[in-house]
Amino acid sequence: MANSSATAHTGNHYLNHSKGLMSWLTTLDHKRIGVMYLFSVLTFFLMGGVFALLIRMELFKWGGHNLLEANTYNKLFTYHGAIMVFLVVIPSIPAALGNFILPLMLGAKDVAFPRLNLASYYIFMTGACFAVLALFMRGADTGWTFYTPYSIRTNTTVILVLFGAFIAGFSSILTGLNFIVTIHKLRAPGLTWDRLPLFCWALYATSIIQVLATPVLAITLALLCMERIFQIGIFDPKLGGDPVLFQHFFWFYSHPAVYIMILPAMGVISEVIPVFSRKPIFGYKAIAYSSFGIALIAFIVWGHHMFVSGQSEFANFIFSLLTMFVAVPTGVKTFSWLATMYRGSLHFNAPMLYALGFLELFTIGGLTGIFLATLAIDVHLTDTYFVVAHFHYVMVGGTLMGLMAGLHYWFPKMVGKMYPEKPALIAFWLIMIGFNITFFPQFILGAQGMPRRYWSYLPEFTLLNRISTVGSWLIGIGFFYTAHYLAKAMRKGEKAVANPWNALTLEWQTSSPPPHENFIETPVVTSWPYEYLPENTTMPVNA
Amino acid sequence: MFNQAFAGTTPLQGSDIAVQWDSLYNFLVWLSIFFFVLVVGGMIYFVFAYRHHPGKKTQYITGSHFLEAIWIAVPTLLLLGIFTWGYSVYHSMTQAPSDAYEIRAIGKQWLWTFQYDNGRTTVGEAYVPLNRPVKLIMTSEDVLHSFFIPNFRIKQDVVPGMYSSVWFTATVPGKHQVFCAEYCGTSHSGMLAKIIALNDEQWEAWNNHKKLGAIPEAGSDFSSSSSDLSASRVVAQVSLAEQGRAVYETKGCLACHSVDGTQKVGPTHKGLFGSSVEMADGKVLIADENYIRTHIENPQKNTVKGFNPVMPTFKGLINETEMNALIAYIKSLK
Repeated sequence: MANSSATAHTGNHYLNHSKGLMSWLTTLDHKRIGVMYLFSVLTFFLMGGVFALLIRMELFKWGGHNLLEANTYNKLFTYHGAIMVFLVVIPSIPAALGNFILPLMLGAKDVAFPRLNLASYYIFMTGACFAVLALFMRGADTGWTFYTPYSIRTNTTVILVLFGAFIAGFSSILTGLNFIVTIHKLRAPGLTWDRLPLFCWALYATSIIQVLATPVLAITLALLCMERIFQIGIFDPKLGGDPVLFQHFFWFYSHPAVYIMILPAMGVISEVIPVFSRKPIFGYKAIAYSSFGIALIAFIVWGHHMFVSGQSEFANFIFSLLTMFVAVPTGVKTFSWLATMYRGSLHFNAPMLYALGFLELFTIGGLTGIFLATLAIDVHLTDTYFVVAHFHYVMVGGTLMGLMAGLHYWFPKMVGKMYPEKPALIAFWLIMIGFNITFFPQFILGAQGMPRRYWSYLPEFTLLNRISTVGSWLIGIGFFYTAHYLAKAMRKGEKAVANPWNALTLEWQTSSPPPHENFIETPVVTSWPYEYLPENTTMPVNA
Repeated sequence: MFNQAFAGTTPLQGSDIAVQWDSLYNFLVWLSIFFFVLVVGGMIYFVFAYRHHPGKKTQYITGSHFLEAIWIAVPTLLLLGIFTWGYSVYHSMTQAPSDAYEIRAIGKQWLWTFQYDNGRTTVGEAYVPLNRPVKLIMTSEDVLHSFFIPNFRIKQDVVPGMYSSVWFTATVPGKHQVFCAEYCGTSHSGMLAKIIALNDEQWEAWNNHKKLGAIPEAGSDFSSSSSDLSASRVVAQVSLAEQGRAVYETKGCLACHSVDGTQKVGPTHKGLFGSSVEMADGKVLIADENYIRTHIENPQKNTVKGFNPVMPTFKGLINETEMNALIAYIKSLK
């Protein structure tokens, strides 16, 4: 790949190309849309995070009645879950970072359908508004899973939240469609499929799931809305419906959605580790194909959420067996990342720290997933804090670490300034240590039998809950500190060069920040993006 | 030693299944520690061994099919082994012995009610014999609940409109904690109950309506602040099946069904329970609790072969306690 920062530098870039609020709100530039997504997602992350801190505060003492009443608590965990899943984790990497980086990585001027891209953003925000609006009414207290028949009976404004998630789903579908076409049609000359960066492969696999699975969620939520309004009797046993059917529908989307959340993060890690190890990625093809392996298996394992739902023993047998195979492609990726570091020349800038953090947390998340895939073990552990700990290790340990890695990695490209390494290092350790203190005790709580979604708990669970709550404060401080130093860096940060990491993918071959249409001249690709030769071990920026 | 290492992290072993469960769980914990050390230990070693310094060179490696084959094959075999072990323990969790002592449980926001064959009903406490298989046949009056006994390592969702079941053999006497594990609204976390495992003597006393002394928590030698047992139960004079006979008669079942084998407008209920029944469309169903319930609430769904689909629905006309009694009665018609 052409390794030069020789793009003509005129001082003109996408941030100063046009000015004023309207120039942002009506922009068709994928970079600006990516930035708007990023700010929206981070705002929702702040909301969801504050709710999490309140939940942990309530659980500091056993017996309930500490800070919140039961109904308030139930609404808070519902909102924490729904906001984090639908408005933060799902759109975070694809819609925010993906939108910004994908066309740059492909050497394209924009995504295939820029207007559709902007429409996706507004659809997403409309959905988000409905969901947030419910907060100011009677809220919702169903849990983010909306299980029937409780979600039909509750007198909270669950319908607004359902409607919000329904609408936001369309944004996910359209973004997926846009990315698939972009990857197929807009690759720069010479960027063959076997030279495609792994982040693009990951986004491609993710987009396929978004396009195929999200409509099922839309149908399910629409049916649930109709059930609430017209009592049509699909899910409510009082009307002859089947409440377990809802779980099948729901998880048919929501299990693949888990991979919508994690695959892009894996893509980020696959970019960061070779760059900061100064070595070619180990097993390029295996990593690329394993994304598709995961995407494929994603569609046939939904029933593992339902081992104690009353589903037949035969169905449980099949779903448990299939679920085991998720661990194989996931293991392939993990071992390949590890092997990439072997005999490398490692630089520990913030993106690499977060990639290493990802490896640690995701390994625990993945291994505990095997516990839950094992039929007998799941019977005891399902619906306990073990599950809560497991999916936080995967979703936060995986996706959020991936987001933080990507955010720091591409920050110089996005704003043209460097983030400061020292505060980043401090924040990283706060988040990492805080995370493990918060969630590791929850594995033990779950194994001991503490069910999830409990406003009050028995006194024997006090100590571990207390440790967990203290950990949540460290995570909170870590993220607030990150917001602080990144905001400061945006204004006063050191100016970034075009390619601070001496990386080979195309987004680094244009100026930082990139010009309006990304490249002055369309780049031509002559080699694969991980061609790090033995002598090429230095970077313009050192940790 | 390996099996004791994580003893504090799991609850008391209150049943045989719990012992089996713990063996598998401990194996998985050790396996996870192995892989964690392999991956994260390897990572930490690399962090120190391959740190960048000026003039450092890397080795150009792009992959190894040999290594890839290993890290595909080894996990696959291990996972298949784990799956098999997990399924075999699960299988024994789900296969209740046919001589299990049956109790009917009803969940509703936010308490558990238990009905016994001897006609008693208890709330919040289920009395069971020690060292004998017990089967709970459960349903819900409102939303989803889940019956979770950590000491026995079992859990089963309780679904309105149908029966699900769970079974266990308690091997430790005393009280075992029950949680509702499926979110069910405001007081979900307050929907607690106890399984009270009684030794032979206590079990006989309980069956003869005698007052029991204070029962301690399972695993403790001290009698904790046990509630007055008689206060929490409604003592019934007649058995559950007898109560069911009254329901059977007042709801008018006799108009079309018989209990002595004569065929009327509808099939007789004598000898029905547990038998295989052929439907009009040719399929054969086993007449279990769910069969009887569906045929009462939704009689047109499956009509027994040789009969006309004329039965009206009784949905909403029979509550859950009556339904349990009715089924117990039909079951008693041998």
